[in-house]
Amino acid sequence: MSAPTPLVALEDVALSFESGSPVLQGVNLSVAPGEFVALVGASGCGKSTLLRVMAGLQQPSSGKVLRPQGRSSIALVFQDATLMPWASAFDNVALPLRLAHTAQAPRKSQVMAALAQVGLADRAQARPHELSGGMKMRVALARALVVEPKLLLLDEPFAALDEITRLRLSDDLSALQARLGMGVVFVTHAVSESVALADRVLVMARTPGRIMAEFKIDAAHPRGSAFRQIAEFLAMSAQVSASLRQTLQAGDDL
Amino acid sequence: MKRLGPHLLTPIISFVVLLTLWQGLVMALALKPFVLPAPSLIFQTLLHDRHLLGASALVTLRTTLEALGLATLGAVGLALLFSQSPGLARALFPIAVIIQVTPIIAIAPLLLIYLSTHAAVLLAAFLVAFFPLLAASAQGLGAVDPGLADLFALSGASRWQELWLLRLPTMLPWFLGGFRVAGGLALIGAIVAELAAGASGAGSGLATVIVVSGFQLNIPRMYAALVLISLMGIALFSATSLLARWLLRHRPEGRQQSWA
Repeated sequence: MSAPTPLVALEDVALSFESGSPVLQGVNLSVAPGEFVALVGASGCGKSTLLRVMAGLQQPSSGKVLRPQGRSSIALVFQDATLMPWASAFDNVALPLRLAHTAQAPRKSQVMAALAQVGLADRAQARPHELSGGMKMRVALARALVVEPKLLLLDEPFAALDEITRLRLSDDLSALQARLGMGVVFVTHAVSESVALADRVLVMARTPGRIMAEFKIDAAHPRGSAFRQIAEFLAMSAQVSASLRQTLQAGDDL
Repeated sequence: MKRLGPHLLTPIISFVVLLTLWQGLVMALALKPFVLPAPSLIFQTLLHDRHLLGASALVTLRTTLEALGLATLGAVGLALLFSQSPGLARALFPIAVIIQVTPIIAIAPLLLIYLSTHAAVLLAAFLVAFFPLLAASAQGLGAVDPGLADLFALSGASRWQELWLLRLPTMLPWFLGGFRVAGGLALIGAIVAELAAGASGAGSGLATVIVVSGFQLNIPRMYAALVLISLMGIALFSATSLLARWLLRHRPEGRQQSWA
């Protein structure tokens, strides 16, 4: 049986700054439909740049990128919620639909459904400054989910949140991905988060950014917070951490 | 109302104290009206000359509002062009700076040579109000959150959608900050040009009343015209501040708007 067509595929992708200094080099990566892939690595290793290349927001200097076509097929969530401060939670979530000229009636029901998915249906009219950091991130997640993307790209979405909110949102994300079945690429520098959520963890090295190791996490979704207590999770986290340390040492030797 | 109370009460009290001291000083020293008129005499003059002063005030107010409206249209339009064409911004922005840094009092007599009195006064007020609006609008249009810009690009937004749904709302607080300043500046520009027009025997605004009253040594009327100009400035500032508050009422910036 042949492998399913990947949602996104990068072949020998390289990217350099205008000054010529390399950011990414020889990156080969593919994400299957419904797969959850985590990218971990030290700061400055090019994780976010790689995500932007996948989204089509940045063009590689060389190599090939295949990504899903259509304006609503890819959604991106940033480290900051990146909400329009003048608009309500409803209007923020409705934005991608409005840009796609979706009619008002279906737009309303889709937005309310997306807000309900992240547990914020009762805060639809709240402005961003009236929401907590975790709620703002949920609105950003709802805005990404409202277009029912084939591929969801998340760039350290929980980095600015406190530990409890972070754990809760991680569990929610795991449940949402299991339910909706979209492909996810999740950039993080937290090893435990990557192992708790992903089917595959890719460890990146820096200068230039490249994928150094890959770990498969064989556990069904949604995993829930109990998954973080089992021996398999702890062992896998230790392996990924060791690999990350190796890449850092290799970087120091360069 | 509770929040506005101290903001209004404090300046009212200090103003009443100042007027009382002024009145007391004029009475105690028995100063002649042509040296320093008492506040009570200025008030009487305001009532007595209300037709002349009212008509002149309307001329100045109309010119100020016309200039502010034209400056708003021109500045926002040019800022939009600048945001779409950095080359055009590089070419034209220095010219706007030159106009801004040249004192309007030096430009006004020249304008009066080439244009009708009304057009010269209007253009002087426009020139003074234009630059702060242009600078604020250009800065606001460039202050777009890069993450939101990425989101619009990823969603395949058209240029029009990006302008209408992202750039203009981002610009609004910046523009309103410039608008509050420009309201007062438009009045100053109009007054300066009217002074120049009044000196040459033309014009019909409040500054012209000041010049003509000065020739006639009618000092109370000069003060009365000055009071109206001050009231007009306060009204403009209050109106622009209220507009900013209302337009930004759903934003954190709107709650930070103050009267000071």
